[in-house]
Amino acid sequence: MPARFTFGGDEHLFVECSDEMSLEAFFKSLSMTKGVRESAIKGVTEICPANASLQIKFDPDIIKPDDLLREVKAIEGAAEKAEPVITTRIVEIPVFYNDPWTHETLMRFRERHQEPTGTDLDYAARINGYDAVKDFISAHAGSPWFVSMVGFVAGLPFMYQMVERQRQIEVPKYLRPRTDTPRLTVGHGGCFGCIYSVRGAGGYQMFGITPMPIFDPTQSTSYLRDFMVFFRPGDIVKFRPIDRDGYDQAVEDVDKGRFAPPIREVSFDLRQYQADIDGYNAKLEGALHGH
Amino acid sequence: MAIKVLHHGLSTTIQDLGRPGYFHLGIPVGGAMDRYAMRAANLLVGNDEGAAGLEAVFMGPKLEFLDDALIAVTGADMPVRIDGEVQPGWTALEVKAGQTVSFDFLKSGARIYIAVSGGIDVPEALGSRSTYVIGALGGLDGKAIATGDELPVGSGSLDSAGRSVAEELRRKPGTPAELRVLPGLYWDRLTEQTKSNFFADQWKVAPEADRMGYRFRGGRKLEFVERKQPFGAGSDPSNIVDSCYPYGSIQVPGGTEPIILHRDAVSGGGYFMLGTVISADMDLIAQLQPHMPTQFVEVTMDQALAARADQQALLARLRAALA
Repeated sequence: MPARFTFGGDEHLFVECSDEMSLEAFFKSLSMTKGVRESAIKGVTEICPANASLQIKFDPDIIKPDDLLREVKAIEGAAEKAEPVITTRIVEIPVFYNDPWTHETLMRFRERHQEPTGTDLDYAARINGYDAVKDFISAHAGSPWFVSMVGFVAGLPFMYQMVERQRQIEVPKYLRPRTDTPRLTVGHGGCFGCIYSVRGAGGYQMFGITPMPIFDPTQSTSYLRDFMVFFRPGDIVKFRPIDRDGYDQAVEDVDKGRFAPPIREVSFDLRQYQADIDGYNAKLEGALHGH
Repeated sequence: MAIKVLHHGLSTTIQDLGRPGYFHLGIPVGGAMDRYAMRAANLLVGNDEGAAGLEAVFMGPKLEFLDDALIAVTGADMPVRIDGEVQPGWTALEVKAGQTVSFDFLKSGARIYIAVSGGIDVPEALGSRSTYVIGALGGLDGKAIATGDELPVGSGSLDSAGRSVAEELRRKPGTPAELRVLPGLYWDRLTEQTKSNFFADQWKVAPEADRMGYRFRGGRKLEFVERKQPFGAGSDPSNIVDSCYPYGSIQVPGGTEPIILHRDAVSGGGYFMLGTVISADMDLIAQLQPHMPTQFVEVTMDQALAARADQQALLARLRAALA
C-alpha cells in the first residue's frame, strides 16, 4: 500500500504508511525511518516514527519542501523492498495488576468512565469477552508486545499486542481524560498498551502498575545511567504479573540500585512470526529466559 | 552572580531557544514560546540569542539582584519597575546590587521575557537550560521557579545600558489575532462546508492555554466525512491511529475545540489534525490571552515560506540594530 504524504506547516513532512494499525505498517514506518536517517538528507532535523506513520522535521531554508518530498518518496520504494527483519531486544517487565494506587485513581475519576459502577479492569474484561478479570490479566500478560512508538510525554511506550487481530485487546479511552494518572501505570486505549512514564493527565484505561522506572531525568536508576529514556521503537515487552510483596521488593531493589530487568537481544522476522504467531512468541520468550 | 526570587509570579520558567533532537522520545523542543522576544531581550543585554532567561506568563516575578547586572524585558506589555521606579520595556536597564525588580499588571500580550547579562546559568539538560516541567527536566531542578530560589547568573558585560528596540521592530498580534494555517495532515477528513466554516468563524482563546497547547472556542462544530473507522483508531470520527503531532498542528478532539500544540507539545496521540500554524506565526500564539478573538487564515506552502522569509528579514534588522 502506498504511503500518504502531507506537510505539517512549513517544517514537517508527515508520512502515513497506513490509516489502520498493523505490524506491516509499523515495519514500513521503521524501515522508512531508518532509510531517511541513513540518507542523511541535508536540512532534516528530526525523524519521529509512530505506530503506522512517521514525521520528519526539516528546515525549509536548507531544503525546499518539494525536494524533501521527492527524496522521501524515493526512500519509500526502497523501504517496501526491505526485509522485515530487525535485531532488537526483549525485556521482561513486572506488573502489579489491580493495584491499590491505580484503583484509588480510577475511583476518583469514576464519573468520567463508561462504566461508573465497576473498575477499568472489570470493564475491559467484559467488553473483550472474558468472564473473569483474572482471565483478562492472563491474556494481557500472556503475549509479548511490540513498542511501536515512544512519545506523547517523555519516554512513554505505545505497545502493540503480538497476537492475531481478533484476539487483540481493544478498549475505548475514558469519556473525558483524567487529570491524574499514577507514574508507571500500565494502561490501554484503542489497540495500544502503554506505560505512563511520568505522573499526569491520561485517558487510557488503567490495569496495573510496574515498579520499574522507564524515564529518569536524574539518571540515577542503574539501567538508565547511559540515557534517561528506557524504550526504543522495536523493543519487545513481556509482562510478568507480580503481587504486593513482589512489587514492594522490586521498589526496594530499584531504590537500592540493584534492580535489573531481564533483557536479551533477539532477531525478529515478521514473516516467520506471521506464519506461526504462538510458536514464534514461545521462541521469543524462551530467549528471554535463556533457552 | 545570583538573583534571589522574592516572588515567583504565576508560572515563571527558565527558557532558552530549546532542546531539539528528542521529540522521537516524547521530549519536546521547549524553549521560549515567543522566540523573537527572547532573542531581542538577550541581544539587548549583550548575550548570545540562545542564552537562558526567564519567561513569565500573565504576572511577573519579584526579583532581588545580589550583584550589578543589565536586564531587558520584552514581549508582552507589563511595565517593569526597579526599586519601584517604572522603566521602559524593550530596553537595556542597569540594576545595581541590592535592587529589586518587580512588575505591574499585564496591559497586553501574555508573556514577558527577562534577559540578564551573562544569562541564567543553570546546568544544561540534553543540550538546553529550558524547563520542561512535565519531564522534570532542565531549569532549576526541572521546576518552575519558586519563591526563595536563587538563580545563578553567568558573567556578562554591562556596556550596552540604555539601548532599546525601535517600536517597528517589536512584533505583536493584532486584534483579532490572525494566525496563518497551512491545511493538511487529516484535512480531507472534514466536509467541504466545515472546511470553509473553520476559516470563516471567529474563535476565542479558551482558558486552557499553556506552553503545551492553546485551546480555542466559539466556532461551529466540525463535521467529518463519514467512514468506517480504521482498526486501532478508536470509535470517534476525530480519532486516528496514534501518530506524531507537528508543532503548531491543530487537533480538534470530538470536532469541537481546536487545540494548537506549542513548544512543550505532547509528541503524538490519537486525535486528527486539520493543518498546522505556519512557523512564522508560532511566536504570536505565545502572546494571546484567554478570550482573545482569533481568526485562522488559510495559506499555501508558498505563502508560508514567504512569511517565513519576512520574519527572518525582521530578525536580521533587529540583529543589525543591536549589533
